Amino acid sequence: MSAPDIAALQPIQAARPWQRDLIGVAVILAAAIAGYFLFPDNLALLTRIIAIMLLVLSLDLVTGYCGVATLGHAALFGAGAYAAGIAAVTFGITEPLSMVAIGAIAGAVAGLVSGVVILRGHGLAQLVLSIAVIHLFHEAANKASTYTGGSDGLSGIAPDPVFGLFEFDLWGRTAYGFGIVLLVLVFVLLRILVRSPFGMLCRGIRQDPVRISAMGASVKASLIKMYVISGAVAGIGGALNAVSTQVVGLDSLSFTNSAEALVMLVLGGAGSLYGAFVGTIVFMWFEHVVSAANPFHWLTIVGALLIAVVLFAPKGLYGTAVTLSQRLTRSGP
Amino acid sequence: MSAVFAVERLKKSFGGLEVTRDVSLSMAKGDRIALIGPNGAGKTTFVNLVTGHLQPNSGRVLMGGEDISRFNPMRRVRAGLVRSFQVTRLFSEMTPEEHIGLAILQREGRSGRMAGSFRAMPQVMREMRNILETLNLSALATVPVGEIAYGQQRLLEIALALALRPKVLLLDEPAAGVPHSDTFLIENALAQLPDDLAVLMIEHDMDLVFRFAKRVIVLAAGEIIFDGSPQAVTEDPRVREAYLGSYVHASSAA
Ligand SMILES: Nc1ncnc2c1ncn2[C@@H]1O[C@H](COP(=O)(O)OP(=O)(O)OP(=O)(O)O)[C@@H](O)[C@H]1O
Ligand SMILES: [Mg+2]
Repeated sequence: MSAPDIAALQPIQAARPWQRDLIGVAVILAAAIAGYFLFPDNLALLTRIIAIMLLVLSLDLVTGYCGVATLGHAALFGAGAYAAGIAAVTFGITEPLSMVAIGAIAGAVAGLVSGVVILRGHGLAQLVLSIAVIHLFHEAANKASTYTGGSDGLSGIAPDPVFGLFEFDLWGRTAYGFGIVLLVLVFVLLRILVRSPFGMLCRGIRQDPVRISAMGASVKASLIKMYVISGAVAGIGGALNAVSTQVVGLDSLSFTNSAEALVMLVLGGAGSLYGAFVGTIVFMWFEHVVSAANPFHWLTIVGALLIAVVLFAPKGLYGTAVTLSQRLTRSGP
Repeated sequence: MSAVFAVERLKKSFGGLEVTRDVSLSMAKGDRIALIGPNGAGKTTFVNLVTGHLQPNSGRVLMGGEDISRFNPMRRVRAGLVRSFQVTRLFSEMTPEEHIGLAILQREGRSGRMAGSFRAMPQVMREMRNILETLNLSALATVPVGEIAYGQQRLLEIALALALRPKVLLLDEPAAGVPHSDTFLIENALAQLPDDLAVLMIEHDMDLVFRFAKRVIVLAAGEIIFDGSPQAVTEDPRVREAYLGSYVHASSAA
């Protein structure tokens, strides 16, 4: 590219981010409305997809943006789910927004705790620590059965109507709407975050932590901060799951849930919030359709899909689509 | 004599290998020092010890008289001690604009802000443009660093260091990997460094050393064997011996 080309591009680039975010919100809303009318009998599944999306977005913050390898991220999601559930069942806090706030706080605390542990290691050690963390959380929830219901799960969560107006109905319409609103709010806040100076600092940490410390910034402190934010996001997802399904099971705190979240992120493309959306929808929809058609081989097919993506589209589905479209527009006029 | 920076009796060994043996030196405002020595002499190790990336076995590092030996690397940078790397360390997916913007925000304690963007901060943008302009990088401001030539990446390393407004700058082979025909770009950049900044440059290219330095320090096998003027260094018998005459040929050929 020659210098005048770049100069001509500058004003466009400056205007672009906000427009893209608005388009992002519009696409989410359009997809939400389409989902509502196309699959009226599957709203519970769609709501669960939204909750998992929040988990995958949260994972994207630490893995995609900061480069932390973790197989224990469901600890943050599960903490939010259990906190919201216990608040409702044991302490009678059944106002849904309060439950979500409690879930966010619990997720943030779980993020702080697991961040402090996981960030002590690097590479393989980090991965092993994250696996230890999820097992410890799982075991703690299992042992504290007075509050969590242990392996039977925590049931009897009966959230109040949203704003005292919208009752959680049997068809899951309210829960779906509630989930969409939460998702859009989180998405907008995260777009602001990843574009902020702090977001840039975190991208720098992923690319070269030594350079970041040579600039005088603390890698560790920044990563822990991001872990806390990520925990709040995952916690909101967990709380949404508790509010919408009205039960919390140990599977929300499982290694499988963590690993699947990572698979969804890689599938969609790490390091962009849109990739987290795409990966979650594709994976969960796939799971739903294929496991119904062929319950024995669905994991085989997911495995094959994953291998194909990692080998032929290492940036994930969304990342590869972006690269392709850029190549097309570049080679155009 | 006001030393902005001093190192006292620094020692480091890896296993049994003594890589830094009792190194002491001090620098004043505006110094232009070249640190030279054969491969493996311990030059990079010296920089790593000073910046806190490695822990010395003994010895002290001082900035403006204050002992910073117990500071972590980040605090040393904030105290005004900034380095560059022998092999460039940049963020390959980020643009020069973002590099410099981040460095300025970091210097001002604003890199942790969770909203807004440096692009909406006029004085950051102005300073960033000035720095990129000074180093002739304006045309590449919005190109990801992974896509720009190595010589320009080396310039960006210097720009990044300048954006942190150091008091002491340690440059580890700023021209390493740059084709000989392009070293003048680096040399021009070095000539633009602020007058009151104390600079210590590690460099193998003796032409560059002689044009840049007012004082030359020679490190061999972890020891300072010479500290004096560029004129005297070629005459010194110990230096000749350490290099087996190799650079003397290079400089007399030039
Ligand atoms: N982390 C380390 N562990 C063990 N030995 C090391 C370590 N770092 C450096 N060394 C050794 O210390 C010696 C000095 O290395 P250093 O990189 O400081 O040399 P240098 O003077 O910068 O050389 P060059 O001109 O090649 O850059 C070398 O023998 C090297 O192998
Ligand atoms: Mg070296």
